[in-house]
Amino acid sequence: MRKEDIEHLCWLARIELSDEEKEKFAAQLSEILEYFSILDEADTSDVEPTFHAVGVENVMREDVPEESLDQEDALMNAPRKEKGYFRGPRIL
Amino acid sequence: MGDEKGVKIGLECHAQLLTKSKLFCGCSSDYRNAKPNTHVCPVCLGLPGALPVINMQALRYAIKVAIALQCEIQHKTLFYRKNYFYPDLPRGFQISQYDYPIGLNGKVSIEVGDGECGERIIRIKRVHLEEDPGKLIYPGTISTSKYVLVDYNRSGIPLVEIVTEPDLRTPREARIFLAKIRSILEYLGVFNGDLEGAMRVDANISLGGGERVEIKNISSLKGVERALSYEITRQRNMMRRGMKITQETRFYDEERGVTVAMRTKEFEQDYRYFPEPDLVEIRIDDSLIASLKAEIPEMPDEKMRRFISQYSLGSEHARALTEDIHIADFYEAVASEIDPQMSATWIADVLKGELNYRDMSMREAMKRISPNDMVRILRYLKAGEIAERAAVEVIREMLDHGGSPDEIIKRRGLARMSMEELKIAVSEVIHENNAAVADLKSGRKEALNFLVGQVMKKTGGRADPKEARKLLEERLL
Repeated sequence: MRKEDIEHLCWLARIELSDEEKEKFAAQLSEILEYFSILDEADTSDVEPTFHAVGVENVMREDVPEESLDQEDALMNAPRKEKGYFRGPRIL
Repeated sequence: MGDEKGVKIGLECHAQLLTKSKLFCGCSSDYRNAKPNTHVCPVCLGLPGALPVINMQALRYAIKVAIALQCEIQHKTLFYRKNYFYPDLPRGFQISQYDYPIGLNGKVSIEVGDGECGERIIRIKRVHLEEDPGKLIYPGTISTSKYVLVDYNRSGIPLVEIVTEPDLRTPREARIFLAKIRSILEYLGVFNGDLEGAMRVDANISLGGGERVEIKNISSLKGVERALSYEITRQRNMMRRGMKITQETRFYDEERGVTVAMRTKEFEQDYRYFPEPDLVEIRIDDSLIASLKAEIPEMPDEKMRRFISQYSLGSEHARALTEDIHIADFYEAVASEIDPQMSATWIADVLKGELNYRDMSMREAMKRISPNDMVRILRYLKAGEIAERAAVEVIREMLDHGGSPDEIIKRRGLARMSMEELKIAVSEVIHENNAAVADLKSGRKEALNFLVGQVMKKTGGRADPKEARKLLEERLL
């Protein structure tokens, strides 16, 4: 795995890594990818893709409103809040 | 815009569906005017362990939309996670659809009315369901705020996304297309375009086979036309200066009417779409499709054709009366009671004109004026009890302040005068304007106009000028 790939992944995950860490994780991620590539050896040309482990479909609910949390409970675990809002970073 | 050769526009239109609860949880979708973060629960706040369950009504609505847009309804449909970090997205991903959307390959006809070819067919690539993100508030102004405040009341409201092929050729066509989509969604009863932010649009545009630029954050029909016109001019100017257009995402700033470059490093593959493991497959069987098809009402184009044949209307009136389902229903209620042609003129021309002037929707207007009120006004007009100008006045006052036609006619003295009253007024004018009367008798015809004017003034405009003129002529010539 190239350094640029690692840096791109860091950006997508919004984390910062030191150069040392980048090298370390690049090696580890390469190993993981290699391991998964074993799966590519299976011939799946005649197999319908499976998306879920359970053979259940059409699980739905009726359109009936239920009670929501109150504002205080909703914000209870928020590290930063203001006037009933969650406070978050500004993204350009 | 003159020559639009080579302009290709595609739209992604997101419309909020009118369900009572959210797409994946039971929080009420009636979030407007609510205090922030009071229509939220573990599911729409993205708390760990919370499990989404699909709202059946939202799915039915989206299938109806896909049917009305003549899509092929897919028998198997799936939800996916679209991964990206943004403060309005509590889970770090949006539950949307990717492969296996609800509908594919539809089409919509729009009337562009430019002579040789009035009808255009716009292909619909896909129709799918997804959840609305929360709402961000920037304290101070958008450019100076240091942080954002987040309200998740909107998070999880069902959106139907309608994606077109790049078949639109001008900003005006894009606006007409969106108006048609709004009309169709309102006919289906799944959408209310009056609600703020109920429809949001992203547009893709390329010029002369060049790179595609995406414009985000368009929130009105006028906005789409302005944003695209701006973008065409911007790209033309760049090309004229020999600069290359690169693929990018731009943000539409509605207040300034310009598009600005967004710093974005995310591309399609970066969203790392994968099937949502917490939502199982949905099978849409033929019986469900058939029963939803049966619920589809008469759509705008069909209604227009029926109005033309049933009420003998011209195509212009028929179109004006059928664009908005509420106006169409209003018209039919009035036309069932009184002359359909007269009703068409008064609703398509007068009432609609007054609504446009006030930027008022028919849905809003119906709180002030009912079909019965309109029938009453037109009956008085037909019977000669009020003049045309008075009828317009009654409509205006009802739209502005409400009230009943009879009360307004009485209070404002809009009833046409009796002949006796008019005769008295004419006599008074003759007595009070000796000079003009003398002029007229000596052959100066223009004095008659002056005297008619005086009668109108004396009667506060209630007199019929033609009758006043006739009486004056009888008395003086």
